[in-house]
Amino acid sequence: MNAIDVTGLVKRFGEKTVVDQVSMQVGEGEIVGFLGPNGSGKTTTIRIMCGLLTPDEGEGRVLGFDLRTESLKIKREVGYMTQKFSFYEDLTIAENLEFVARLYGLFPVRTHVRRTLDDLGLTTRRNQLAGTLSGGWKQRLALAACIMHHPKLLLLDEPTAGVDPKARRDFWDEIHQLARGGLTVLVSTHYMDEAERCHRISYISYGRMLTTGTVNEVIRNAGLTTFVVAGARLNEVAAALEGRPGVEQVAPFGATLHVVGSDAEALRHSLAEFDGREGITVTPGETSLEDVFIQFMADAKDNMG
Amino acid sequence: MKLSSTSMVFSWPRLAALLIKEFIQMRRDRITFAMMLGVPLMQLVLFGYAINNDPRGLPAALVALSNDHYTRAMVTALETTDYYRFGHVVESAAEAERLMASGAVSFVVTIPSDFARRVDRGDNPQILIEADATDPAVASGAISTLSTVASEALLREQGRQQVADEEARSRLEVIVHRRYNPELISQFNIVPGLLGVILQLTMVMMTSIALTRETERGTMENLLAMPASPLEIMLGKVLPYLVVGAVQVVVVLAASKLLFSVPFVGSLLLLLSAILVFVLALVLLGYTISTIARTQMQALQLTVFFFLPSILLSGFMFPYRGMPGWAQLLGELLPLTHFLRVIRAVMLKGAGLQSIAPEIVWLVGFVVFFAAIALARFRRTLD
Repeated sequence: MNAIDVTGLVKRFGEKTVVDQVSMQVGEGEIVGFLGPNGSGKTTTIRIMCGLLTPDEGEGRVLGFDLRTESLKIKREVGYMTQKFSFYEDLTIAENLEFVARLYGLFPVRTHVRRTLDDLGLTTRRNQLAGTLSGGWKQRLALAACIMHHPKLLLLDEPTAGVDPKARRDFWDEIHQLARGGLTVLVSTHYMDEAERCHRISYISYGRMLTTGTVNEVIRNAGLTTFVVAGARLNEVAAALEGRPGVEQVAPFGATLHVVGSDAEALRHSLAEFDGREGITVTPGETSLEDVFIQFMADAKDNMG
Repeated sequence: MKLSSTSMVFSWPRLAALLIKEFIQMRRDRITFAMMLGVPLMQLVLFGYAINNDPRGLPAALVALSNDHYTRAMVTALETTDYYRFGHVVESAAEAERLMASGAVSFVVTIPSDFARRVDRGDNPQILIEADATDPAVASGAISTLSTVASEALLREQGRQQVADEEARSRLEVIVHRRYNPELISQFNIVPGLLGVILQLTMVMMTSIALTRETERGTMENLLAMPASPLEIMLGKVLPYLVVGAVQVVVVLAASKLLFSVPFVGSLLLLLSAILVFVLALVLLGYTISTIARTQMQALQLTVFFFLPSILLSGFMFPYRGMPGWAQLLGELLPLTHFLRVIRAVMLKGAGLQSIAPEIVWLVGFVVFFAAIALARFRRTLD
């Protein structure tokens, strides 16, 4: 049984279709990254899955429960971490956790709270008001609170926004550890390195699911060719390449240029005249996930006019 | 899964979670907490002492164009009614006119120069009393006592004590019993009413922001994602304020006894039960508002929107029976109207359950009505 199995989800707010025919299958124990530009419908899709929004069309099951009729059962088995910190800032860390423990019926409350505090290394700060915590600690608290009742599915909405790299790495280690224990995770993010830490990724743009698969599959399926241009005065080269047939992206990476296009032949042809000129070298390169996403975003914009 | 948490609609541990959380937040919000206890006491003392529907010792000016013993007797008689306090004795009507226009005096009593002569001749003596009727309440009591006081004073001064007595005997005697409050002390009416008004203001205001505060702080999304039912969320929000209301009731009732010596002739238990129903209706009204309002500001505006008609049409400020029929009908739709009848009846008249039963039925009706609307309006999703 898939942890998430939804098809044809549609959600409209007024005239605007925010989620458009989104289907998604996530297997048990999988970590799936949910990517897409701002306003692409990631949060709305996640909210539909945890029963916070009712879809206008489409159906599906989450953890085997019907999305439309059994949202209360879904809520009990799902841990949802909101994008914005949404625990009580005027309650202490321990009080927030006690609140959650009682709501989920975790008895004895004291034991559950103490264990959670220990696991996350928050014991020394238990009496600190949640509102006075820094971003990283708030995120730890939120994660602690939403895995306290041992959910089977974790929905994380941009959990690491505004968190430093060390805390981010700790966070991901924690997620992988939980997944090894059988927890399914759907996590939305903007960070490429985080996407690469997922078993699979799904890319959504303007409410439409554009692609899904492992990182390598997504890159391969995008059908992009990349060349790395190295040498002197790359600014001029970049300017000269802009707009040439087959050249779709020109992006500086350190001392090199990444030139990306979907028409490999045209791209090679355009680059040929620069190769060898004034000590410039052109070599075939690896297409990165970021290149693929930039391409998606550019294409989506074209489609939208 | 444990038995206690299998019910989707209601479970004690989940309600306990919400209640504990609400009490902690209440305790942390010191200013609001102080307001909830301080405001009732402040309002009670302020309004209890300040509001008076039968004002006495009102400033008056005397235009006495002669200074004979009849005039002096008349002035003394008027002053002993307690309604008039002659602070100004002026020579001309124009000066008196100016005093009244400026608001320095509420009455001008003019005793004409031929007053004594006319009295002696038995020629229909007249005095003129001009009242500032911009506020009718100020003038009415003072004017109503006038004619009898004046004529009796005159007869006595003429040495016709016997005639005065005879006249008093033969006159149609109207016996007036001022029941429940023989001295017409405004506080006896105002102070019990204030309890209702204070409860209405604080209870509705505090609960009206219950849900909007969660929404504005972003905690609503989380609360909805967790397994709390609409009933539990509603009770978790309104029950803590029932406790706050109870404290206010004790404060106001104690103060009305100690500060204003308001009589309490009815059953305390009956009154407290009625108050409980009333407060429950209020917190549910507030909670209903919070399911409608999108921001805390809107919630407060809606609270005021309900509060004004409540004090104006309930019979707190103005006599209920004096309002036109349609206004009375509107008044019936306000919980405060029914509560005022209950508390005045129980405290001042010693009414029993039987005589206040219709009002209690109304109050219970409000509880059911508001709870039903609130539960129907509660959005379990963010749609």
